[in-house]
Amino acid sequence: MTLRIPRRLSGEGGIARVNRDKDAVLPYVEVATEGEKTPAPPPGFWTRRERAILGCLGVAVTLGLWEGIAALRLVDPLFLSAPSRIVRAGASMFASGEIWTDLRVSGLEFAAGYGMALVGIPLGILLGWYRRLYYLVDPILSALYATPRVALLPLLIIWLGIGIWSKIAVVFLGAVFPILLSTVAAVRTTDPRLLRAAHSFGASDLQIFRTIVLPGSVPLPGSVPFIITGLRRGGGRALVGVVVGEMVAATAGIGLMISIAGNTFQTDRVFVGIFLIAAAGVAMVEALTRLERRFEKWRPPVGTGV
Amino acid sequence: MPRAKLEADGIVLEYQQPRTGSCFRALDGIRLRLEEGEFACVVGPSGCGKTSFLHIVGGLLRPTAGRILIGGRPVTGPRPELAMVFQEPSLLPWRTVIGNITYGLELQGRATPEAIRRAGEIVALVGLAGFESHYPHELSGGMQQRVNLARALAVDPEVLLMDEPFAALDAQTRELMQQELLRIWRDAGKTVLFVTHQINEAIYLADRVVVLSGRPGQVKAEVVVDLPRPRPLSIKRQARFLEIEDRIWGLIEMDARRALLTGTSIPAPSA
Repeated sequence: MTLRIPRRLSGEGGIARVNRDKDAVLPYVEVATEGEKTPAPPPGFWTRRERAILGCLGVAVTLGLWEGIAALRLVDPLFLSAPSRIVRAGASMFASGEIWTDLRVSGLEFAAGYGMALVGIPLGILLGWYRRLYYLVDPILSALYATPRVALLPLLIIWLGIGIWSKIAVVFLGAVFPILLSTVAAVRTTDPRLLRAAHSFGASDLQIFRTIVLPGSVPLPGSVPFIITGLRRGGGRALVGVVVGEMVAATAGIGLMISIAGNTFQTDRVFVGIFLIAAAGVAMVEALTRLERRFEKWRPPVGTGV
Repeated sequence: MPRAKLEADGIVLEYQQPRTGSCFRALDGIRLRLEEGEFACVVGPSGCGKTSFLHIVGGLLRPTAGRILIGGRPVTGPRPELAMVFQEPSLLPWRTVIGNITYGLELQGRATPEAIRRAGEIVALVGLAGFESHYPHELSGGMQQRVNLARALAVDPEVLLMDEPFAALDAQTRELMQQELLRIWRDAGKTVLFVTHQINEAIYLADRVVVLSGRPGQVKAEVVVDLPRPRPLSIKRQARFLEIEDRIWGLIEMDARRALLTGTSIPAPSA
């Protein structure tokens, strides 16, 4: 006879151990007799991969339909292009090397602007901690947050020219507010029960800040990354900033490339640009999700019901 | 008369009602003495200000009038001689069990290697051995309250203040935790002030039950519990126990009925 405790439940061993002298209250301890019964077969290939398989299927069907419509000339390829034509255009752009300049410029604008926007984290902590400071700047922040930042582009171009700096500025402005405001929210929603417990041990403001507010709002190792939401939203805005900024006025970049290709009816090249941007967005979301997971070992799993 | 370990002297608490602006008296001249090593429980109908009183004793809330004395010295804020155990979950979710237990020591700047070693012993005392590196969400409610208790014990206070620590637990776990608490109290030798709305919990635990009346909270009676120790859980069904329970219920019943009719409890004080 062996006692087998399901893996998922053995993680909650707390309950099992407290009641170890009361076997009757352990309904989830499974008793199996070795040799007589084969263990349940592992979930099949289909069950484990269901999500990925269906996702790929959806993409494949869409691309197939698209290609079919183009091949049957149901719509002029000038308007719709086709997956095969896009792949061919992309391959030649990479082979000739012309696209690398655009990628480098756009990537630089994104990285610099987004990197600078991280200043929203310390600023947000400051505003979340000092209530009066927050009241002071809240109306301005809210107004700026509500204004589509690309509306500021003409101004930024007057100030900074059509080179990369005007784009860095619009990326920064796009990303900094979501990051800042979500940090403020994280600090301001600090659990009052934790604060009361800390006060009962005579904690100083500085100690409360260091042990509760900071780990509760900033992605430090072993802490709560509520602001990941802000980083994600900020990243989306930053991407919009790069593309729209370059479309309005630029000397190089993916946005400019799309704009020129569009104006000259090179639909294939427009789609190459769109797919590159989409890939960048997906990669960013994925990276942030992984970052989030690294900080979450203390957090109960969501959606499994505790 | 020996000097009391803890003394509450004429504690009055008044609130300004946020909406009407009118003044509202929550506690009216509470007087209480705790001797060294004594286990006292405060019971009262809901909304009688039990929790507010405990927060005042713990220095989290300033009374409108009256004072708290520890060993004869007046208290104005949180003191290292006192440690609180809260009803609500108040563990840092991003710290492990041992990290939470040493949290109070850290805040008081007393996290010496010696204190940390003693914290390890307290882990065993409250029955958490083997769970040191678990996170709070991986523990059951009863286990979390053990961590809460261990965190308070780790700072080696002279007096433990407990605010309905078992109220959120299921009935069986609560009974077992009561028994555990008595064992820990005997081993650790602390003075305990325990607030609860459950009459039988108060009788089972306490040397003395302080009965508060409904709003405004006043000491209605003090009932000495002369049941022998150690107390098995079955003592709750003995005639003497039930007799004391009847008597305290008799003292509270009118106020409890009134609280039921008027509904709301007093607003939670902001610390």
